[in-house]
Amino acid sequence: MHIAEGFLPPAHAIAWGVASAPFVVHGVRSLTREVREHPESTLLLGASGAFTFVLSALKLPSVTGSCSHPTGTGLGAILFRPPIMAVLGTITLLFQALLLAHGGLTTLGANVFSMAIAGPWAGYGVYRLLRGWDVPLMVTVFFGAFVADLSTYCVTSVQLALAFPDPGSGFLGALGKFGSIFAVTQVPLAVSEGLLTVIVMRLLVQSSKGELTRLGVLLTRSGERKQEAVAR
Amino acid sequence: MSRNARINVLLLIAVAALAVLPLVLGLGDHKEEPFAGADAEAETAITEIEPDYEPWFSPLYEPPSGEVESALFALQAALGAGVLAYYFGLRRGRRQGEERALAASGATAAPADTPGGD
Repeated sequence: MHIAEGFLPPAHAIAWGVASAPFVVHGVRSLTREVREHPESTLLLGASGAFTFVLSALKLPSVTGSCSHPTGTGLGAILFRPPIMAVLGTITLLFQALLLAHGGLTTLGANVFSMAIAGPWAGYGVYRLLRGWDVPLMVTVFFGAFVADLSTYCVTSVQLALAFPDPGSGFLGALGKFGSIFAVTQVPLAVSEGLLTVIVMRLLVQSSKGELTRLGVLLTRSGERKQEAVAR
Repeated sequence: MSRNARINVLLLIAVAALAVLPLVLGLGDHKEEPFAGADAEAETAITEIEPDYEPWFSPLYEPPSGEVESALFALQAALGAGVLAYYFGLRRGRRQGEERALAASGATAAPADTPGGD
């Protein structure tokens, strides 16, 4: 659930836009380079974007008695790294802002920052950290997607608390208020997103071994896997 | 069903359970409007903190009704699901094609491999 149109004061809207722009520009460059150097990855890029499309259209009920939706950004961040996900996430947010009146153009910068930049980077960071500790792939994928989803809504809460500090309790009071609306609602949804991302990754491991090896998701450490990669 | 497929089905059931349980347990009953969007609740919270706040920009296009809006959300999900299905279908077809080609070339190559001619 994104910040609605017009619900950030102009100064905040502009500041978040300025903060997001370089990430998106850098992402567009990474994306064009990826497509130029590896035209065969276009399909998987499309699939990653499609996953975000599906998940951010699914409004699910949560334990707090309200509804929110997952983001689907963890998968693309793990496969293609966060800069490329910044572009795919921005496209999804634009679609929703223009056609669905969900999110908005004035709040696009802030929403891009939370869903397409902060979330993917946080999820990717956790994924890399766990991989470094030799945690099984699917466990790292689950936590990567879980963190990408949950951190997105934590950032949204911070953005709103910065714009609307509580008159009595200040920034922290407002953060508690928005956090209980967004972040708590999101916990079970982030679990769902983690599980769905694991399902897609399992299907990818079956169907696209070569691609995942090239992207560094599947390691060619053991000899057996190496042979398999060579055979392909 | 293979072990792989069974695990995927179990994962899907877990996702469905996570979505259905809040409804079954009636976790939205304490609210005036159960299971409203979190973004609408945030808007309410903003007007609580700053009663004078007026949104200074409104969406360029707003779906005229809840029905049209849900249609557009369904369209978004359908587009994404379509592309995902295309991807996995194409991969599966390619893999099967490769296997068949491999089997065919294996069948024709096998006699040539046997030493004897020279």
